[in-house]
Amino acid sequence: MSSALGAATYNYRVVRQFAWMTMVWGVVGMLVGVVIAAQLCWPALNFDLPWLTFGRLRPLHTNAVVFAFGGSALFASSYYVVQRTCHVRLCSDTLAAFTFWGWQAVIVGAVITLPLGITTSKEYAELEWPLDILIAVVWVTYAYVFLGTIARRRIRHIYVANWFFAAFIVTVAMLHIVNSLAIPVTLFKSYSMYAGVQDAMVQWWYGHNAVGFFLTAGFLGIMYYFIPKQAQRPVYSYRLSIVHFWSLIFTYIWAGPHHLHYTALPNWTQSLGMVMSVILLAPSWGGMINGIMTLSGAWHKLRTDPVLRFLIVSVSFYGMSTFEGPMMSIKTVNALSHYTDWTIGHVHSGALGWVAFVTFGCLYYLIPRLYSRTLYSLQLVEAHFWIATLGIVLYITSMWVAGIMQGLMWRAVNDDGTLTYAFIETVAAMHPFYVIRFLGGVLFLSGTVIMFYNLVRTVVGAEPATAAIPLPAAASAH
Amino acid sequence: MTEFVNSGWAWFIALTTLVSLVGLILLASRVARRRHPSSTTETSDHVWDEDLAEYNNPLPRWWLNLFYVTIGWGLAYLLAYPGLGAYRGFLNWSQQGQFESEMADAKLHYDPLFEKFAATDLQSLMTNPQALKVGARLFASYCVACHGSDARGARHFPNLRDDDWLYGGAPATIETSILHGRQGAMPAWDKIIGEDGVRNVTAFVEGLSGRKTDSSAATKGATVFRTYCAACHGSEGKGNQALGAPNLTDDIWLHGGTTERIAESIRLGRNGMMPAHAESLGVAKVHVLAAYVASLPNLAAPTQVED
Repeated sequence: MSSALGAATYNYRVVRQFAWMTMVWGVVGMLVGVVIAAQLCWPALNFDLPWLTFGRLRPLHTNAVVFAFGGSALFASSYYVVQRTCHVRLCSDTLAAFTFWGWQAVIVGAVITLPLGITTSKEYAELEWPLDILIAVVWVTYAYVFLGTIARRRIRHIYVANWFFAAFIVTVAMLHIVNSLAIPVTLFKSYSMYAGVQDAMVQWWYGHNAVGFFLTAGFLGIMYYFIPKQAQRPVYSYRLSIVHFWSLIFTYIWAGPHHLHYTALPNWTQSLGMVMSVILLAPSWGGMINGIMTLSGAWHKLRTDPVLRFLIVSVSFYGMSTFEGPMMSIKTVNALSHYTDWTIGHVHSGALGWVAFVTFGCLYYLIPRLYSRTLYSLQLVEAHFWIATLGIVLYITSMWVAGIMQGLMWRAVNDDGTLTYAFIETVAAMHPFYVIRFLGGVLFLSGTVIMFYNLVRTVVGAEPATAAIPLPAAASAH
Repeated sequence: MTEFVNSGWAWFIALTTLVSLVGLILLASRVARRRHPSSTTETSDHVWDEDLAEYNNPLPRWWLNLFYVTIGWGLAYLLAYPGLGAYRGFLNWSQQGQFESEMADAKLHYDPLFEKFAATDLQSLMTNPQALKVGARLFASYCVACHGSDARGARHFPNLRDDDWLYGGAPATIETSILHGRQGAMPAWDKIIGEDGVRNVTAFVEGLSGRKTDSSAATKGATVFRTYCAACHGSEGKGNQALGAPNLTDDIWLHGGTTERIAESIRLGRNGMMPAHAESLGVAKVHVLAAYVASLPNLAAPTQVED
């Protein structure tokens, strides 16, 4: 690409790179998920090899789907959206390229170290200190590229999607750096700066906001661009976006203590975490309303456009998960649900239904435009949609039943005060539901593979597209 | 107050929380009231990326009410329960208090039954079906992780269904084992008798259980055995229950009975640990449990956990 042309076009190269890696890591991460789901049904599948045991592959699964698949999707979409809604090229192609290669290096590092058992043992923050430092450097660079591009925008108002992306980037930088503070002992081992219950609190302040900012605010940014674009309808309500944006990002940061109900955490901290989690319901639903109501006047498009259906169903799952979450944060409900597979079901209704579905919709929109093509097959998108939806339904219903059953079995007591069920009996009772969950996972993964095939066929033989930046005069309508 | 280093922090928490909740109400109510620009049919004149535009529909009333109701509920909760710094809430609830009251309830309900059992001698309990059922339930909760749901143990964990007892199988001895735990320590011998010595003693020990072994090695091993091993395992290798030294003549192997495993035990030693349960379960429950465990070798099948 010549520099003269480069100055007048958007940087699509880095968007394409991240978009493809989203698909690659999606397949890898979900495959590992299916493997560990199978191990829970048939434990012999770890083949007595330490690298393949559940305890090592589970963090590989979560890191691969959250940070590799979800992270690459966020990089791709935010770089695309910020350019197109600010009418300016990314402020630095070099630094953007650095974020791509740096982020991929982090993921490869995770793929190597986690199966080797190298871990900080902090959930969703398992990577050891050298990788943590690399993440911090890449992330701060990402913040510079994203915010620097906004600073150079050629349109006065900042589009709502960019508020969410910006909040997500800034907050994740803070969360990652504070939670990862540690004293290195060797190249592969460090100890947290915090001790005891304070360590637990910092960890879940990080952990819950990894959900709140990485998997929610960031993906709301995706929702706010790709739904109006795909539906070709204006966003439903600007003022609703203001209220729900500020209340969401303000309230989420308090919610972490609900992961530590009935622990050594002081009573007051638990209560505050719970109250703020319940208050989060309306701010979360504000996003759902704005997404779904954007379709008002264009509902008929859902019948014919499976890409739009992915996006709208994702927002529905978002609404469902964000009702379930506040409910589960209530102490009495949590006393039943905590430590059971209900939590796993809840997480996956958000992760599969919301995060992955909105990402699929985004990729189906993005890839054809990055290569000036139309989708290879709408039928395959249709097939992907139904196979994946069935997979989610199997997954979350089996985990609801298994989790609630597990919680009830744990607390059942006989008339002499002894426990009615031995632990192993609860494990045996859950086995059929683990098999159903495994089947749900297989379906979901199959759908992702279909998408990968469809999008590869879409671009076969195509030249990467370039898009001219609109002239300031035409773009400055405000 | 114990969670706070001084009352300033408690006040800081309380005020920050209240200001935050009021702030959320103000945010929603002010934006809801804002008259201009408001349109449900015309987009504002900002346009991004060719065709991205926004309506400015009013906040849905039900949504706004939902928001207010959750905030109001939050304030009410924080009046009733601990949350605003050091303020305890008018219900005076705490998780420690809840735990203590539930435990007191349980004591009231279940203690009479166990007091009755505690006053009965072990021999009678061993033939009391109700006690055996309760014992089986306790076993399923507290013992199966190591000894297995069939009580047949696993490597490193003794089988409780056979008649081979490390510390003795009298009901009162079993009760002592459960109450106070046991520590079985066998020292490592590789530095003292060398690898040849390990091989020879292994051959001798295998011979004690009637296995065919290299007889010259076994003969050399017998000498080493008399010098170093007989003190605990006895000159005939029949063990010593006072020390928990296993009988080596019955072909029952706690830490594995292959030649390699036996050699490993001699070379590196073993440390077995059965935890004490006097404090965690209390003497009455241990009493019932001891009766159940003592009855195990005589049972055709262990009592089902369920009725």
